[in-house]
Amino acid sequence: MSTTALSVGGSNISMTQENVTETAISVRNLYKIFGRRLRRSLELVGEGASKEEVQEATGDTVGVNNVSFDIYPEETFIVMGLSGSGKSTLVRCVIRLIEPTRGTVEIKGEDITRMDESALRSIRRRELGMVFQQFALFPHRTVRDNVAYGLEVQGISRKERHERAEEVLEMVGLAAWEDYRPTALSGGMQQRVGLARALAHDPNILLMDEPFSALDPLIRRDMQAELVDMQRKLNKSIMFITHDLDEALKLGDRIAIMNQGEVVQVGTPKEIVTEPADDYVADFVRDVDRFKILSARDAIGSNIPVLPSDTTVKQAWKSLSDSEIPYCVMVNGNRGLVGTVYAHDVRNAVDNGKVRLSEMPVHEAATASPKSSIERLLPKMSANYHPVVLLDERDRVEGVVDASSLVASLVRETESGSE
Amino acid sequence: MIFASAIDRFIEYPDEWVVPLDKWIDDITDFIIDAGEPVWDGMAAVLGFALAEANAVLTLLPWSVMLLVFFGLGFLTGGTKLAVGVSVGFLLIAAVGMWDLAMATLALILVATALAILIGIPLGILMSKYQWVHNALRPVLDLMQTLPSFVYLIPVVMIFSIGRIPALLATFIYSVPPTIRLTNLGIRQVASDVVEAGQSLGSTPLQLLTKIQLPLALPTIMAGVNQTIMMALAMVVIASMIGAGGLGVEVLRGVGQLDIGRGFVGGICIVVLAIIIDRLTQEAVHPPE
Repeated sequence: MSTTALSVGGSNISMTQENVTETAISVRNLYKIFGRRLRRSLELVGEGASKEEVQEATGDTVGVNNVSFDIYPEETFIVMGLSGSGKSTLVRCVIRLIEPTRGTVEIKGEDITRMDESALRSIRRRELGMVFQQFALFPHRTVRDNVAYGLEVQGISRKERHERAEEVLEMVGLAAWEDYRPTALSGGMQQRVGLARALAHDPNILLMDEPFSALDPLIRRDMQAELVDMQRKLNKSIMFITHDLDEALKLGDRIAIMNQGEVVQVGTPKEIVTEPADDYVADFVRDVDRFKILSARDAIGSNIPVLPSDTTVKQAWKSLSDSEIPYCVMVNGNRGLVGTVYAHDVRNAVDNGKVRLSEMPVHEAATASPKSSIERLLPKMSANYHPVVLLDERDRVEGVVDASSLVASLVRETESGSE
Repeated sequence: MIFASAIDRFIEYPDEWVVPLDKWIDDITDFIIDAGEPVWDGMAAVLGFALAEANAVLTLLPWSVMLLVFFGLGFLTGGTKLAVGVSVGFLLIAAVGMWDLAMATLALILVATALAILIGIPLGILMSKYQWVHNALRPVLDLMQTLPSFVYLIPVVMIFSIGRIPALLATFIYSVPPTIRLTNLGIRQVASDVVEAGQSLGSTPLQLLTKIQLPLALPTIMAGVNQTIMMALAMVVIASMIGAGGLGVEVLRGVGQLDIGRGFVGGICIVVLAIIIDRLTQEAVHPPE
């Protein structure tokens, strides 16, 4: 919890007490090299040698190369990379299933790389839960005893740990399967058991190593959706490993892209897609569907009139004819949505300048959250020519999207992406 | 002349160059026998007691009651079919007049196997946990299995003299390697991510071993125990040369006195016993669904 100064590869990084306690996981200058000539390999890597160069010079394999990142509480942090990029090694270093060669990993401010065996066990039991790609269930135990295992090794009574296991199994939708062996379950169900097992001791941090990669595409999509739902309730800090860019973009608050053992970019899904850090990332995200990445907020049309209901028809007509848009959105005093008013109705009433907008015929408007993807807006817009009104958490109008503002946002992103 | 005799040395290997390995081994054995006397005496007492008890239990009840016991054992491990098979086998042994000798052999095998489990499984566990134990034990195990069994009968007899104890030890030495090897293999074969899952949940090494690794390695370990029993049976005849008693004696006498009939009856009974024990232990490993 004190100020820590690290000296690795000649660079000095000091962390203040503040940001130590703020992060769930804090990785600093982490290296993992497999082989026998670690000192020489570390030297070479420090001098900027690539993975291949080190392999050639010493025969050692660089798994993780000078990786640093922070994961904040309640954040879903994705580590994305192709096979051999070091992502699985990285997550194993974080829970020390693999011993890092150099660098530090702090879990809630405690450096796990310097812990003795018993402190390591204690932090695993308290803070960490891990989900594996091939589920890694215990085939000789029932589903209930699989989930209760983490509590069992802590010496919690049979009755108590079984109650907790049943509670968690119910949460993942497997209440009826407690007495079965894992092999009797389908892949998706087995991974729910894996998830339940990782959650049973109520850790704050979940490490998920390609948890959905071994599942059928349809099951995978369901599980992704459920993870999002679950995360909304549980608010864990999640480190999620995947090789699937779509999955990364769908689930991640932030994404770290790994290549050859190095993290080449960390950013939000939108940043990764629209501002790739190098050619490798750019190549990766080239085919990403912008309709899924851009949020409705990105497509708000700045020229669509949003007018209070006490606006006079005369003023309204002025705004409408300036913007050349055939409707306006009417809001009440709290910026709550009333509906849309058509420009031709306003024009017909414009001679009587004293009439207020609230006396005009009001039409119902489609609504959406500013955070939803623009893909979700399309069906609402295709029903008629009406715009979609974006309402924030308190149901106030944040902005309006129509066909032309949506197209404009796509053009904007494509231009910035090709720069 | 000197030159010629020098060449001779490279034609005939000179006697003075022969390493007196036999003398050294004699000295070492003598030392071991003298220095370890209390240990050997203690071992002999314990093993003698175990063997006598096993024999007493097996011959306590009349053959007819034992037959029922074997039937029950067969039924419990493998159902009616196995029970009938086991009973017919033992009936055959009784019918050719070998019941008591078969029980003596069975006692020896049971004690040798118990010893192999008691010592072999912990050694196998150590071998799987520590690479240096693995590296140290592997050549020893290879030696134990390839050394002609007559060779190590000699020191065993020197320490314990002729009798059932040295026969038991020789049988144990010959038959323990599969249990050690397959325990090691079984534990190493447990899927690495399953072990990682156990570790990630904060298991101690002992919890990991008893709750995950050993249960998952059990089928492999039991295959090793089965192999050990079969190898113990293969030692029956050789062990009888140093006083093991039992069915092996019949075969030995058959050979020595050219009594073909007697030798064959003994041999057939060993085969029947082997089949029975093999089926029983295999069924115990893979119980029918």
